[in-house]
Amino acid sequence: MLALLAQQVPDFVRPDIDWHAAAPELTLLTFGALVTMMDIVWLEKGRKLTSIVASIGLLATMVPIITLAVDGADRSMFGGAFVVDDYALIMKAVFILTGYVVILLSTNYIAEGDYWENEYYGLLLSSILGMILMASARDLITIFVALELLSIPAYMLATWRKRDLKSNEAGMKYYLMGVFASAIMLYGMSLLYGGSGSTLLTDINESISGPGDPSAVVVLGIIFVIVGFAFKVSAVPFHTWAPDTYEGAPTPITAFLSVASKAAGFVALMNMLFVGFFGRDDVYEPVIWILAALSMTVGNLIALRQTNMVRLLAYSGVAQAGYMLAPLAVAGDVPDSALAATVGYLVIYAAMNLGAFAVVIAVARKTRTAEIDDYRGLFHWAPGLTVAMTVFLFALAGIPPLGGWWAKFRIMGAVIEANTAAGVVMGIFVAVNSVIALYYYARIGVKMWAEPAPDDDTAPVRVPVSLTSALVLTAAATIAFGVLPGLVGEVTKVSLLAGVGG
Amino acid sequence: MTDFLNDWGLTAITFVPLAGALVMMLIPRDNEGAHKQISLGASLLALALGVVLLFDFDYGSAGSLQFVTDEKWIEVINSRYILGLDGMSLPLMALTVLVMPLVFIYSWNHIPEPGNGKAFLILMLILETGMIGTFVAQDLILFFVFFEVVLLPMFFMIAVWGGPNRRYASLKFFLFTLFGSALMLLGFLALFFLSKDPATGELLRTFDMRALTDVAGAGIVRSSQLLIFGGMFLGFGIKVPLFPFHTWLPDAHTEAPTQGSVILAAILLKLGTYGFIRIAIPMLPEAAEAWAPWIGLLAVIGIIYGALGCLAQTDMKRLIAFSSVAHMGFVMLGIATLTDFGINAAIFGMVAHGLITGMLFFVAGSVKERYHTLDIGRLGGMLIQAPRLGWILGFITMASLGLPGLAGFWGEFPAILAAYQPANGIPVETFRTYMVIAAVGTVLAAGYLLWLLQRTAMGEPSEEFADDPNITDVSRIEWIAWTPMLALILVFGVAPGLIFEITDPAVVESLNNCLQLPAGCEGVAEATQAAFGG
Repeated sequence: MLALLAQQVPDFVRPDIDWHAAAPELTLLTFGALVTMMDIVWLEKGRKLTSIVASIGLLATMVPIITLAVDGADRSMFGGAFVVDDYALIMKAVFILTGYVVILLSTNYIAEGDYWENEYYGLLLSSILGMILMASARDLITIFVALELLSIPAYMLATWRKRDLKSNEAGMKYYLMGVFASAIMLYGMSLLYGGSGSTLLTDINESISGPGDPSAVVVLGIIFVIVGFAFKVSAVPFHTWAPDTYEGAPTPITAFLSVASKAAGFVALMNMLFVGFFGRDDVYEPVIWILAALSMTVGNLIALRQTNMVRLLAYSGVAQAGYMLAPLAVAGDVPDSALAATVGYLVIYAAMNLGAFAVVIAVARKTRTAEIDDYRGLFHWAPGLTVAMTVFLFALAGIPPLGGWWAKFRIMGAVIEANTAAGVVMGIFVAVNSVIALYYYARIGVKMWAEPAPDDDTAPVRVPVSLTSALVLTAAATIAFGVLPGLVGEVTKVSLLAGVGG
Repeated sequence: MTDFLNDWGLTAITFVPLAGALVMMLIPRDNEGAHKQISLGASLLALALGVVLLFDFDYGSAGSLQFVTDEKWIEVINSRYILGLDGMSLPLMALTVLVMPLVFIYSWNHIPEPGNGKAFLILMLILETGMIGTFVAQDLILFFVFFEVVLLPMFFMIAVWGGPNRRYASLKFFLFTLFGSALMLLGFLALFFLSKDPATGELLRTFDMRALTDVAGAGIVRSSQLLIFGGMFLGFGIKVPLFPFHTWLPDAHTEAPTQGSVILAAILLKLGTYGFIRIAIPMLPEAAEAWAPWIGLLAVIGIIYGALGCLAQTDMKRLIAFSSVAHMGFVMLGIATLTDFGINAAIFGMVAHGLITGMLFFVAGSVKERYHTLDIGRLGGMLIQAPRLGWILGFITMASLGLPGLAGFWGEFPAILAAYQPANGIPVETFRTYMVIAAVGTVLAAGYLLWLLQRTAMGEPSEEFADDPNITDVSRIEWIAWTPMLALILVFGVAPGLIFEITDPAVVESLNNCLQLPAGCEGVAEATQAAFGG
C-alpha cells in the first residue's frame, strides 16, 4: 500500500533556495524561536531579557533587509511564489520598524501589568514574521499561510489582559470575525484556483485578464477575496470588530493591530490587485471604490461621536483605511501612482498612528483610562505629551507641514491623475472627509490646550525611557515626512507590475 | 551682498522668524523676557531684510520676478522650491514684515490670558513664516504648504488665548478654511495633470507657477477649467472671506486675542485675495471671465451685507469684523473686473485694509483692556477720558470709511471706478449695477463708522467708567507699535503712487499673459496713473 503511494509521488526535487532572499524571515524565525526557548528553559528568570532579545531580533532582521536593498536585484523563489523586490523590502522594513516601536510601547505596559511576557514577545515576533512573509508572497497559498501566521498570534495577543472581560471580548470578536473573513477569502481563492488551475498570482492573472467579460466564477472569486481583506483592513461595512477589539486589547497591541496588521492586509490586497487581478479593473475598481467611499465617510462620521480616545482612533483608523483604499479604486488607470500613493500612506500612517497610541499609553499611566475628557488640560501637566499628541493628531488630519499632508496629497494626486469621473468624485470625497475628520482631531487639540485639567489635578506623569524613545522616533518621522516629503516619495516609487507575466 | 540677496534673500526672510521660534523652544518658559526679545528680534531681522530687499528691488522691471530661487524640492511630483518677488507680492510681503514687529512690540506687556508668552510668541513667529512664504512662493505645492502652515498657529491662538466662546470660534475658523483649501488642492492637482504646452501639445506636469501662468490654461477643456476655478474659488473665497462664506470671520475676530485679530485682519485675509490675483485668474483666465460676474455679485452682496451687519452690532470687535467683510468686498469687486485698473485697486485695497483694520483691532484691544468691555452701548466719552486714544480711533475710522487723503480711499474708489468698464467679455451692465450698489455701500460705511465713533468717543463718559483709574491714555508701548501704521495710512493716502507704481507693471504683465487688456479701460488706467504721479 505504502509502496504504491510512494510510486505515485514524483521524486522530490529540492527547490533552489536563495538564502539571501530568505534571510529576513529566517533571522526573525530564529529569534522568535529563541524567545520561546528562553521561556521554556528559564521560565520567570528570562522575563527581563525577552523584550531586549525580541528588539535585538527585529534590528537584526533589518540587516538582511538593508543588504538586499543595497543589492537591489529582484529575487524570486519557488517558481515565483516568493518574490523580493523594492516593494517587498519597503513593506518589510515598515513591519519591522513598527514591530520595534510596538516593543518599545509594550516594555513597561506588559511588565507593570503583571502579564506573561515571554509568550507575549514570542507571539509578537511570529505575527511580524507572517507580515514580512506576506510582503513577498505572490501565491495564493503563501498569502494564506502568511495571513494566518500573522493573525493567529494577534488573536491571542488581543486577549492578553485575560482578567479583564473587555479584553476577552476583544479577542473573541477579533477571532470570530477574522476566521469568518479567512473562510470567505479562502472560498474566493478556491474559485480563482478552480478558474485558472494555478495558485500563482501571475498564472491567475494570465488566465483571467484576457479580453472580454470575465466569467462569473472569476468575478465571485475576486469579490470574495477583496471582502476577506476588507475585514483585515477594517473597511466599512466589515469594520465592526475594530472598535471593540481596539478598546479591549492591551493598548500596545491595539497600536500593532491598527498599524501593522492593517498594513499587512493592504500589502496582501495590493499583491492581489496589482499582480493577480491586474487588467480586471472592470471588476475590482467599483468594489474598492464603494469600500473606500463608505469607509472614509462612515468612519469619520462615527468618530465624531466618540468619547473614548481608543475608540476614536479606531474609527479614525477605519476612515484612514478608506483613504488608503481610494487610490486602489483607480489602480487600473494609473497603477504606478496608485501603488506609490497607498504605500506612501502606509509608511506615514505607521509613524503618526503609532505616535498617537504612544501618547495614549503614556497618558493612561496617570489617568488609567482613555476617556477623551481626561485629556482636558493635558497641557498643564504634560506639555511635552501635549505637543506630541498635537503633532500626531494634526498629522492624521493632514495639515502641512506635518507628515499626513503628503500622504493625503498623493492620494488626491492619484485619483485626479486617473482623470475619470469616478476618480474626481473620489477626490472630492477625500477632500470633504478631511474636513469632517479635522473636527474631531481639532476638538481634542482644544481640550488638551485650552481647558482646565479635571479636578485641577496637575501632578506630572512619569514617562519611562522606552516610551519616550518611541515618542521621539515617531514624532521625528512624522515631522520629517512632512517637511521633506521627497524622502517617502523616493522610497515609495515602487512598482509591482514587474511581476506580471514574469 | 547682492549675490546673497539674489540667492538667499527670500529664503532668509521667510525662515528667519521660524529660526527664532526654534531658538525659543530651547529656552525655558519662565524666562519670558528672553522670549519677547528673541521674537521681536527675529521679526525685526525679517523687517530689516525686507527693507534691504525693497532697496535692492529693481523697480524698473517690477513686472518680472526678482530674487528668484529655484531649487529641487520634491522630485517625485516635480514640485520645486521656487521663491520670487514681483510687484504684486512685494507690497504684501512688506506689509507682513512691517506689521509683525509691531504686533510683537504690542505683546511686550499685552500677553493675553492665560499667559504662557513662550507658546504665544512662538506661534506668531510660525505664523509669520507661513505668511511671508505664501507671498513669495512660486510653486503651487510650496504655496499650498505655506498657505496651510498659518492654520495651526492661528487655530491655537484663538483656541487658547481667545475670549469666552473661543472653542467654537477656533474650530469654525479651522474647518471653514480647511474645507476650502482641500478643494483648492484638488484644483491644483488637476492643473498639474491637465495643463499642456500650447506649442507642442505635450503635458506640462509642473507646479511651477510661472510656467502655468504662461500657458494660462491652454489645452484644458472649458468645463474642466470652470470646475478647477471653482475649487480654487472656494479655497481663496473662504479665506477672503466672500459672502456667504464669511460667517467664520466675525466669530474668529471677536474671540481672538488682540494680536490674533490684528494679524488676521491685516495679513491673513489677504492670502485669499492674493491667491485670486496670483493663481486663479492668471492660470485660468477663461474660467475667470465666466466666474467674474458671480464673484462680483458676491462681492457687492458682501459690501452691503457687511455694512448692514455693522449697523446691527453692539460689540466693537464684531463691528470691525463685519466691516472687514464689506471692505474685502471692494477688493473682490476690483479683482472681478479683471482689469489692470481694478486689480491694482484691489492690491492697494489689501494693503490699506491691512493697515487700517489692523489699527482698528489694536485700538479695540486697548479699549477692551481699559474698559473690560467692548459693548458699544456702555462705552462713550473716550475723547474726554483718553483723548489721544479717541483721536486715533477718529483718524482710523475716517481712513476706513474712505476719506480722500487717507489710504482707505485709494482702495475703494478705484475699485468702484473699475467696475464701470470691466474687461472684455464681461457683461458691462451687470458691473455698472454693481458699481452703483458698491457706491451705496460706501455711504453705509460712512454711516456705521461715524456712528461707532459717535457712540464710543464722543459724549460724556458713562457713569460706570467716569472715575475708573484704569482708563488711561495711549501708553508708550502702544505709541511705538501704532505710529508706523498711522504714518503709513497718511503717507499712502497722500502718495498712492508709491504702491501703484510697484504693482502696476506686475499686474499688466500677469494680465497680458492671459487677457487682452480692455480697450476702453486702458485710457482710464493711464489717466489715473498720471494723476497718481505714475
